Amino acid sequence: MSENNPSSSNTILRLQDVKKYFPVKRDLLQQIMRVGEQQYVHAVDGVSFEIEQGKVFGLVGESGSGKSTTGRVAVGLLEPTEGEVVFEDVHLNNLSGEELRKMRRYMQVIFQDPMASLNPRMSLGEGVGHGLKIHRLVNSQQEFRHRVSEIFEKVGLTPGDAYFDRYPHQISGGQRQRAVIARALVMQPKLILADEPIAMADVSVKAILLDLMVQLQREFGLTYLFITHDLATAKYICDRIAIMYLGEIIEVGDIKTVYTNPKHPYTEALLAAVPVPDPRFRRPAPMPRGEIPNAINPPSGCRFHPRCPMAQDVCKTEHPRLLGVPGQAGHMAACHFRTGDYIHLDPGPLINTNVAIAK
Amino acid sequence: MTLFQAVPDYSQVNKQEIILSIRDLSVEYQTRRGMLSAIDTLSLDLYRGEVLGLVGESGSGKSTLGKAIMRMIPSPGRITKGQLIFKNQDLMTYDENQMRDVRGRQISMIFQDPMTSLNPVQRIDNHIIEAIRVHEPDVSKDEALARSETLMERLGIGRRRLKEYPHQLSGGMRQRVMIGLALALKANIIIADEATTSLDVIVEAQFLDLLRELKDEFGLTILLVTHNIGIVAELADRVAVMYAGRLAEVANVDELFHNPKHPYTQGLLRSVPNIAMDSQDLYRMDGTPPNLVMPPSGCRFHPRCPHVMDVCHQKQPWLVRVDEIGEGDEQVGGYDKHLASCWLHQEYQGSTQARRY
Repeated sequence: MSENNPSSSNTILRLQDVKKYFPVKRDLLQQIMRVGEQQYVHAVDGVSFEIEQGKVFGLVGESGSGKSTTGRVAVGLLEPTEGEVVFEDVHLNNLSGEELRKMRRYMQVIFQDPMASLNPRMSLGEGVGHGLKIHRLVNSQQEFRHRVSEIFEKVGLTPGDAYFDRYPHQISGGQRQRAVIARALVMQPKLILADEPIAMADVSVKAILLDLMVQLQREFGLTYLFITHDLATAKYICDRIAIMYLGEIIEVGDIKTVYTNPKHPYTEALLAAVPVPDPRFRRPAPMPRGEIPNAINPPSGCRFHPRCPMAQDVCKTEHPRLLGVPGQAGHMAACHFRTGDYIHLDPGPLINTNVAIAK
Repeated sequence: MTLFQAVPDYSQVNKQEIILSIRDLSVEYQTRRGMLSAIDTLSLDLYRGEVLGLVGESGSGKSTLGKAIMRMIPSPGRITKGQLIFKNQDLMTYDENQMRDVRGRQISMIFQDPMTSLNPVQRIDNHIIEAIRVHEPDVSKDEALARSETLMERLGIGRRRLKEYPHQLSGGMRQRVMIGLALALKANIIIADEATTSLDVIVEAQFLDLLRELKDEFGLTILLVTHNIGIVAELADRVAVMYAGRLAEVANVDELFHNPKHPYTQGLLRSVPNIAMDSQDLYRMDGTPPNLVMPPSGCRFHPRCPHVMDVCHQKQPWLVRVDEIGEGDEQVGGYDKHLASCWLHQEYQGSTQARRY
């Protein structure tokens, strides 16, 4: 991204060529005999992006795309195998454990399962405000209680003081997720990593939580790194979006541009595959074949080529780079036929989304 | 091809033939805090060849209804009253042996996690062969194998994969195997309980395409239990919306999405982000689904309803027709009817035209 967009002053987070490989456990015989090559899962393989202060940046992909690993690397929960993570001009790689711990205050996380994120043996108030005590941001229990109760009210757990002494199992799933949002918020973070924050909630609760997150983001000028598999949700909340496939970003751009004018065939397929809650809408066919392959030995060349309906020989051998879409600032895609050297061979959009509306 | 010869043309829904009729069904769970009313006096008909979407949030009773049809309600729950009329027989009168014959062979169920239904130490082909031979005991093993190869080929699973074990297949493939089992058993009804929920969006779309083709090819009747309104819009012919153990609304899919009558349906439809819309204000439905140990009086939706009236607190609304009643249109039930249980449509609730469905 930096090729097109030289780092602007209000960039809050920048990932540069980040890679994260996980070693594959070798079986017992291989360990004893010391044979067999050590294999790696290429969970994240050369990812770069920037997030502007006060914006919502979406990271979208199917399971196994590496979106969650990227998110964890981005907030320093995982150390990258290679590459740089820069948060407000601080290179996270260079920080000591203690320095990183101090930094974490500004980068909070909301995960999918609220029950797993709250200590069942701590009252909501103690659990949600735990970070304040760890980072010594409060001086007295009174102040602590006040700060936490205030945040409870912000996320709609009113009266806040009443929720302070309750326990996670005593409240509903939707309320628990509000509490998890409160826990992130109470630290006055600059960046929130939200990893599938509403995926487990019921339909009616989802809408409320999503709305709450939008409202809080505006009120506190927060920056979200929003990870989701649901493209409809991403459309609702994100300003910019990056589509991931097998550890790589294959398309990135402003939400509207990407959704109305997708360049990568995978993005086209993803967008077309989302079920639309309207029976008069007909989903365009066909879908790409097969499923996302294994990240231990990713396909050569373009990683999408085995499933891509427009793949040619070049796609099997040459790895496409993430390049700017001509005439569209900030929109990049990694496809030989759409942005690369073979753009003159572009067969045109794969899926005609215009026919989809009328059934 | 001998496997599925002479299947009558069911590509159209048979609006006359009710294949399964659920009558006044109640399911209760004994809990420490008291009796939980998971399904309350629910009646619903399933027509041959249709895809009926059963929508609701968690706790609405939609999955319980699916299990109740198979009479597989786990203890401490039980069906406390009602009938399940299948092929003119009441399944409630069947003993366990007779039910075993119904389960899988006549009514098949596909769950969210296919691993729970597949035997981890059996190869895929053995699953299918066994299913075929249960149905037709005199088919030789070789013939059954040949048939399963043809069948799985149709479902997009190659011969090579048949020799593998369930854990070697991807989630999408396992769901195809489950469909294959149902087809091999020639089940009359398939209950798909959140069958695509754990699949990724492209795989899900592939699976829905396949299901649509198979439905026409084999004349399947599908009860599609899901919380995903998009999937219902895509695949279902009719939709039943459940709330707190009761039906809120039943209508054909176009009518339900474009002319919803029940405030719950209206709210639900507006709270789903729609990728096809340019901009959207999500509707925020107040409150949460009720505790069914002590369900709200009257209409169970009344504490969350934006149009709540006095009567809603006091009296339970019946599921009645809310569309125009034409001439010669008097019979109870019927495929094309739009039903809702809401006091806003009081003229129907009170009138002599009102019939309980």
